[in-house]
Amino acid sequence: MSVLRSALRPRRGLALTAALAASALVLSSCAESERGEGGDAEGGGTFVFAGSAEPKTLDPFYGSDGETFRVARQIFEGLVGTEPGTADPAPLLAESWDVSDDGLTYTFDLVEDVTFHDGTPFDAEAVCFNFDRWYNIPESAQSADLAYYYGKLFRGFATAPKDAVYESCTAADEQTAEIKLTTPYAGFIAALSLPAFSMQSPTALQEHHDDAAENVNTTPYATAHPTGTGPFVLDEWDQGNSVTLKPYEDYWGEKAKIDELRILAIADPQARATAVRNGDVDGADLIAPADLQPLKDADFQVVDRDPFTVLYLAFNQKTKPFDDIRVRQAIAHAIDKDAVVAASLPEGTAVATQFMPDTVLGWSEDVPTYEYDPDKARQLLEEAGVAGATITFNYPTDVSRPYMPQPADTFNVLRSQLEAVGLKVKPEADMWSPDYLDRITGSADHGIHLLGWTGDYNDPDNFLGTFFGTQQDEWGFTNRELFQKLAQARGMATTEEQEPLYAEINADVMEFLPGVPLAHGAPSLAFAPNVSGFQQSPVNDEVFNTVSLGD
Amino acid sequence: MIGFILRRLALLVPVLAGLSILLFLWVRALPGDPARALLGQRATPESIARVTETYGFDRPVLEQYFRYVGSLLQGDFGRSIRDGRPVTSTFLEKFPGTIELALAALLIAVVVGVPLGYLAARHRGRALDTFVVSGSLFGVVTPVFFLAILLKLVFADWLGLLPTGLRQDARIDATHVTNFYVLDGLLTQEWDAALDALTHLILPAIALGTIPLAIIVRITRAAVAEVIDEDFVRTAKAKGLPGKLISRRHVLRNALLPVVTTIGLQTGLLLSGAVLTETVFAWNGIGRYLFESITQRDYPVLQGYILFIALTYALINLAVDVAYGIIDPRVRVS
Repeated sequence: MSVLRSALRPRRGLALTAALAASALVLSSCAESERGEGGDAEGGGTFVFAGSAEPKTLDPFYGSDGETFRVARQIFEGLVGTEPGTADPAPLLAESWDVSDDGLTYTFDLVEDVTFHDGTPFDAEAVCFNFDRWYNIPESAQSADLAYYYGKLFRGFATAPKDAVYESCTAADEQTAEIKLTTPYAGFIAALSLPAFSMQSPTALQEHHDDAAENVNTTPYATAHPTGTGPFVLDEWDQGNSVTLKPYEDYWGEKAKIDELRILAIADPQARATAVRNGDVDGADLIAPADLQPLKDADFQVVDRDPFTVLYLAFNQKTKPFDDIRVRQAIAHAIDKDAVVAASLPEGTAVATQFMPDTVLGWSEDVPTYEYDPDKARQLLEEAGVAGATITFNYPTDVSRPYMPQPADTFNVLRSQLEAVGLKVKPEADMWSPDYLDRITGSADHGIHLLGWTGDYNDPDNFLGTFFGTQQDEWGFTNRELFQKLAQARGMATTEEQEPLYAEINADVMEFLPGVPLAHGAPSLAFAPNVSGFQQSPVNDEVFNTVSLGD
Repeated sequence: MIGFILRRLALLVPVLAGLSILLFLWVRALPGDPARALLGQRATPESIARVTETYGFDRPVLEQYFRYVGSLLQGDFGRSIRDGRPVTSTFLEKFPGTIELALAALLIAVVVGVPLGYLAARHRGRALDTFVVSGSLFGVVTPVFFLAILLKLVFADWLGLLPTGLRQDARIDATHVTNFYVLDGLLTQEWDAALDALTHLILPAIALGTIPLAIIVRITRAAVAEVIDEDFVRTAKAKGLPGKLISRRHVLRNALLPVVTTIGLQTGLLLSGAVLTETVFAWNGIGRYLFESITQRDYPVLQGYILFIALTYALINLAVDVAYGIIDPRVRVS
């Protein structure tokens, strides 16, 4: 058995403190506050944070959206977390792990002296209880609106184990859990950093939960008794109003500095920014680009997350003339990405050269690039015999995505660039959900279009595999060689083996040019001047135990 | 009177049944697949098929309707496709917010509007009248969102007097029983919470109440002006009745009929107008949720909520009819 032992890393809180000291993103703590109720000078106080929606459930296994996960991350921890400020997997409840040569057996060494909020010890049996629970979820709760991530990443449940990745879990001793897989899966560790795979208390689950319930999201466990090992304990979920959390006194890592954490939902982005400004809340996520400068001017703190997204202009190769590589190249040369970013995307947005941000494994410097060159674009269109042709351009309305805050603005810049090389653009706009999505991903009835993706966790398959792993209506091409390479990369046992292959795939993709990657943007957060200690995470792994309120 | 109310309530049954059919067909006539709306941008065809089957979207419409009515009769309004929560629960969480806001707006509109209209009519053609009439014209034409932003600017940003967002200070530990926050504060004797909820209510209620206020002023003024010139008022005066008695018993009572009708109609508009106000003031009501339910094709939520709102509206109309009877014995139905 070869040993790929990851370095023993300090606990989440301590690692965070170290990272905070070095990080340029540390929030200032010296600014003055206009509010009296914000908390005592010596830490403590109630910290109020606004997200965009309420959580759907407090049982993270059935979550797949950011707001459910935001609350889950305060209450729960998984075997694997992320390195602060990055998307890279790092030890959390497992202090290290070994992988067997064949990539089928993972041995996790667990952190000692950890207890769940109900006093249940966290040990190898609790780990196996969780893995077995996921695998044995009854059919009624397996659909993608519930057990989304398990279905997608572990590919099968006990009821239909044909493609299932999970085989078994054994408690070798109290602190050692051994997980067997049916097939090598290098993305396994990264996948475990998702809150869906948090460790939950077996005692509390048995007492308050039933996975066979008619509605798994309304069980007493999912609404009132979520029990993890994290720095916060649920105090109350006043549904329709807010979630209140209290520090967990026996937390094994860095204990929370605030006395109370309250997370509430404000759906309208502008109203969220106003709530921060008026002191109704101490912090808020998903602040619209237009509201950032006014907040900065008024001495509020703005935090830009490191981008973990991609926005692209895609070609539908089912429709002419996009089946012609010269036309695709021409359009790539016609686009001035810097201008697109400057005109329609927030500060901190990076220009993209490929379909994944540079923090993801397999990102490559040596991919074919297409510099902004309108003359070359015109020439290529001429060669392809489509100079002056009319092309359909689809874009969504009524939506703001993390990678695309103002789709209509992005469309307008691109449109003028395409018209500058002689193409005639026929715009087609649809409401984002479900009309636009239906049309782009569910039918061949579209031309070039804007779309993108926010990464869930650090795995190249989460980007490349999602886009190009199979034949899809969105792109309208069948490229067996590419599909095969992606399947091969996914099935490799280690990330070391995967890296060169993914770099090669990135180059292949940019040669084949199914679309033009435009930018990597990221949503911003805003905080009151007296808030300090918040650490941003490109994959939203943001825990409020390090946050404190000044006076 | 009780017989009348019961009969009217019985009449509601066929109305709601008809409405349930219309709603059922309407939400299904919206283009777009709810399964895809639910699963988002990278849904696989298999997962969409599975969700479609789970929720029964692939069954014949007639079968879907009977299943729906079947569970309705058991008091089960289904659960949201989007968040899996029972329609009744989210409605009971959010609707009190909307009602609280609408009631406060109505209260302002009536308490300020009726006396103003009355005074204007009594002082017809004089400065007060001109002022009230032109002021009400402004009120009618000012869009709610504009007024809302203006109020926020003046009372929150410049004067710093009133809160402009949320229904209650998030840092207050308030117990919520009915989800009418002011009422909750009073019930639990958490006076701070009640007072705080009340101060949060003021600006949104003014913003929402202005248009109905202006309309009520104009209707009251017109109605009072007409009654004042009636023969029976002159007779009362000639009899030597005291002025106050004439105003109360002869003028106001006779002028109130059209005013009450207007109030009834305005309440319906307040409910829909509340949606816009809720957005501007980050007010936690049904507005945004209902809007998102349309974009997400959340059939059960749309059907349930609209049915509840229709029921509320019908009950308000019934109350208006009952009020007629109290005000004017001639329309009293026995």
